Amino acid sequence: MMSDRHPTATPRFRDSTLSRIAAMVLRHFYVLRTSWPRLIEMAYWPTMQMIIWGFFSTFLYAHSSWLANAFGVLISAVMLWDVLFRSQLGFSLSFLEELWSRNLANLFCSPLRPIEHIAALIVMALVRALIGVLPAMLLAIPFYGFSIFSMGLPLGAFFFNLMIMGCGLGLIVSAMILRFGLAAENLAWFLVFMLAPISCVYYPVEILPSWLRVISWSLPSTYVFEGMRAVLFDHVFRWDYFGASVGLNALLMTVGLGIYLYAFALARKRGLLLQVGE
Amino acid sequence: MALLGGNGAGKTTTISMLLGLLQPSAGTIRLFGEDLAARRHHLLPRMNFSSPYVELPHRLTVRQNLEVFARLYGLLDRAARIKSVIEELELAALTDRRVGTLSAGQKTRVALAKAMLNLPELLLLDEPTASLDPDTADWVRAYLERYQARHGAAILLASHNMGEVERLADHVLMMRQGRIVDAGAPQDLIERYSRQNLEEVFLDIARDRRAGTHPSAGHGETDVLTGGVPPLDRDIGST
Repeated sequence: MMSDRHPTATPRFRDSTLSRIAAMVLRHFYVLRTSWPRLIEMAYWPTMQMIIWGFFSTFLYAHSSWLANAFGVLISAVMLWDVLFRSQLGFSLSFLEELWSRNLANLFCSPLRPIEHIAALIVMALVRALIGVLPAMLLAIPFYGFSIFSMGLPLGAFFFNLMIMGCGLGLIVSAMILRFGLAAENLAWFLVFMLAPISCVYYPVEILPSWLRVISWSLPSTYVFEGMRAVLFDHVFRWDYFGASVGLNALLMTVGLGIYLYAFALARKRGLLLQVGE
Repeated sequence: MALLGGNGAGKTTTISMLLGLLQPSAGTIRLFGEDLAARRHHLLPRMNFSSPYVELPHRLTVRQNLEVFARLYGLLDRAARIKSVIEELELAALTDRRVGTLSAGQKTRVALAKAMLNLPELLLLDEPTASLDPDTADWVRAYLERYQARHGAAILLASHNMGEVERLADHVLMMRQGRIVDAGAPQDLIERYSRQNLEEVFLDIARDRRAGTHPSAGHGETDVLTGGVPPLDRDIGST
């Protein structure tokens, strides 16, 4: 196989991390762009949740002194919970897409680095979360005269923290799928729901038994939902909650990244990158 | 160069290691004179890979797939290069079709187009004509011959098809149970084993008969290599 390579044949390359991340985002955009049922499905569940909980809130508003103080608390909780759920799902499903299409080996024999792949998955988590919850947020205005945007900048802080937590969980789910194959696929659907009761989405932490509160306060999401109630009931932004949530998210992302990279290294050691998905 | 061996001989494993998809349990891999483990992301743009067992995203069209991989390989002249591979692999009529709707032969051509995007100096092919009809398989082999002749690329081919190996490879590594048990030019191997063709050599090796030991051979036993392969960087580095 020794021969002279044509001197003009070599194409021009650019070693660009951003270009590779953009390529992976583009790959998922192509899928979303041509799949309107998928787009509708993404917005459908958050919208249905918002409608059900919105009417329930309207009923309770007249019968509950707690809710009378802040009408939008349940609707906001529903929508913010979906930010977390959709982010985690968006991250995990974008990862699963590569396994379903048996494309993982093509990706990782290209110059794409695992960390660049993760960056693209985070972008897709954001995109999928926005597609999922934005219609519900906008529809709540004509339905109930309630705008979640009236929270102002704190909404951005809550959204950011829940999205990062979703990506952290997505990293752990993706690592499990890399390690155990598609048998672990269902984790993408139920892991986040395990955290719902102790994230105190719809009720204050004080409702929980004291031993469970310790676990609850170890989740970034608990601080977000407590912070949300502080904004809606007391009209104050709790910087301490925000700081705790950011700190815990940093820890979750670090741990998630470590687990993912370990699972990736293990997959390379055991040859799973070629086998997974089959 | 071709890797030849029965099922489970280690052909795909070898290719996976050369791509960095599988970490060797021992030893080092040097490509283009550099250590693959240390310089993987620097070396990968100079290589590419195609296998019928690794697919491209089904929901993307042919053009979208090529666009994504052209970006992943960091090609600056993407449009021109994509146009060129579409012409070379006769994909013009398929560019707007989703990969999932294509036939096996069409998918193979698209996978090859993806593998040719960066004009690889080292092209790794795992059974490139598996499950193709003879006409399509012949077309693919002719294309690979043209590519090799035109660009001077090194092609490492894993195959069960002896005719394909005789046609495309000037050096064959015979593998069994994860080890290279013999190596040489196809004609040399045929002569050394006193056989009519490479398929008979393959059967001898698969059945653990050494060169020259077949009852009809009538001459002494020759050395059997156990991993004594010319280092890949010697061949590839010179391309």
